[in-house]
Amino acid sequence: MRLVVVGASLAGLRAVEAARRAGCTDPITLIGAEQSAPYDRPPLSKALLCADNPAQVLPFHAEGHLRDELGVELRLGTPATGLDVDRREVIVGTERIGYDGLIIATGAAANAWPMGAGVAGVHPLRTAQDALAIRAALDAGARVAVIGAGFIGSEVASAARARDLPVTVIEAAPQPLTRSVGGAVADVLTRLHRTAGVDLRVGTQVTQVHQSPSGVTGLSLSDGSHVPADLVVLGIGARPATGWLRDSGLPLHSDGGVLVDATLATGAPGVYAAGDVAHSPHSVFGDDVLRLEHWTSAAEQGAAAARHLLDPSAARPLQTVPYFWSDWHGHRLQFVGVPSADEVRVIRPEVERFLALYRRGDRVVGAFTINGQREIMRYRRHIVGQAPFEDALAEAAAADAVVA
Amino acid sequence: MQIVADIAQCEGLGMCEAMAPDIFEVGPEGHVVIHDPSPDESRRQDLQAAVDSCPVLALTLQD
Ligand SMILES: Cc1cc2nc3c(=O)[nH]c(=O)nc-3n(C[C@H](O)[C@H](O)[C@H](O)COP(=O)(O)OP(=O)(O)OC[C@H]3O[C@@H](n4cnc5c(N)ncnc54)[C@H](O)[C@@H]3O)c2cc1C
Ligand code: SF4
Repeated sequence: MRLVVVGASLAGLRAVEAARRAGCTDPITLIGAEQSAPYDRPPLSKALLCADNPAQVLPFHAEGHLRDELGVELRLGTPATGLDVDRREVIVGTERIGYDGLIIATGAAANAWPMGAGVAGVHPLRTAQDALAIRAALDAGARVAVIGAGFIGSEVASAARARDLPVTVIEAAPQPLTRSVGGAVADVLTRLHRTAGVDLRVGTQVTQVHQSPSGVTGLSLSDGSHVPADLVVLGIGARPATGWLRDSGLPLHSDGGVLVDATLATGAPGVYAAGDVAHSPHSVFGDDVLRLEHWTSAAEQGAAAARHLLDPSAARPLQTVPYFWSDWHGHRLQFVGVPSADEVRVIRPEVERFLALYRRGDRVVGAFTINGQREIMRYRRHIVGQAPFEDALAEAAAADAVVA
Repeated sequence: MQIVADIAQCEGLGMCEAMAPDIFEVGPEGHVVIHDPSPDESRRQDLQAAVDSCPVLALTLQD
């Protein structure tokens, strides 16, 4: 079977690796829009921005390893431009590449911010190139403004504060990250930023971008203030990179993501999707259809898509429990499960050991911790087991007893 | 079959513990502690899942 994987990042790489591990010896082609071999994104907003680390992004594997060890035909720097599901061909410019099995892993691309378009010093943070530009500005001692108090924006703010640079975070919503963690938790996140010296402006928008011939100089805000800045980082989210699928006839979500079933199949013969691009039903959470932008989901889905494609009769619905982590001002934030709940109960409010549990009906569906590395996966067990909320509460009480 | 953790890499993210709690645990120092470094062959699938799930690629499985 000729296997084609479109999108040369985490999900695409894991698909290739899993196919080989499953014993597939047929040709595999990996098509990527970026010039470089697949690399890891989480460090782009963490280790890479730290002054102590080299300003360099290494790929997961060198191109030679991908070619020689994994036997992959690499097509890097050449985005797919279309898909013909009837003729089973991926279109790359003027070329057509035939497939028997196709995995769509084109992920997501940073949302555009028209107000800052073309202004030097205004950067999204999605690719290695973006991250290196931000790193260079931090090295030069930039005054920093971050638009959006999401995870990526907040990590950039942390990196800037670690260098003692002035940082303003501008968030349109009344609290940071309300959608991803819920209001009760957003409160502690606000405290984290303010304690670390971040000037966090919630319920605020940018009204004007100021620039000189050398680039951005500052922002005017809806609260009437002016924020001087030499670096503006956009943390305003990403949307699925599916422009190339527009005319494919594949079912797409209103945000452009690819709709798949619980085995990651799109419905078109031999076509699967995985990672940040895919909306899939999550059986552990009443078949909620979720498009996760989490490392572990992309890795798991990439590998599963390849296995299912090679042997559809063995395909099983994934039992994914969403998980992500983030590092703010030296604190490790971790979330497991889903935030859409009937109740978010803060069990321990202290920043040093914060814990909140999420209840839907009488079940536990999520847990959020700060510096809870030793604890978080215990709640995951209750969540995947669809256990009663009481069990998670008992777990928390037991953890407390150990600490006390 | 041998499981090896690169402690310098490990960030204590705990995914390995989620995949095979009897074998991995995030210890008091915030790093993975491996309870059984050479588990039975029957556990290969769980261990592969643990290795694959580690976001910092700190685990390797050696034959
Ligand atoms: C700065 C940053 C920090 C992050 N931190 C964390 C974290 O702490 N924890 C966590 O869980 N997650 C984190 N994430 C999210 C995580 O990195 C993503 O979930 C993961 O990268 C998704 O992998 P993917 O392969 O599905 O998609 P992507 O990584 O988005 O890769 C998609 C690839 O497809 C390519 N592509 C797009 N269109 C085409 C086309 N038409 N043809 C060919 N190729 C195409 C793109 O260029 C890209 O290389 C972070 C993300 C970023 C950007
Ligand atoms: S998953 Fe990786 S980082 Fe996390 S505890 Fe295990 S080895 Fe360490």
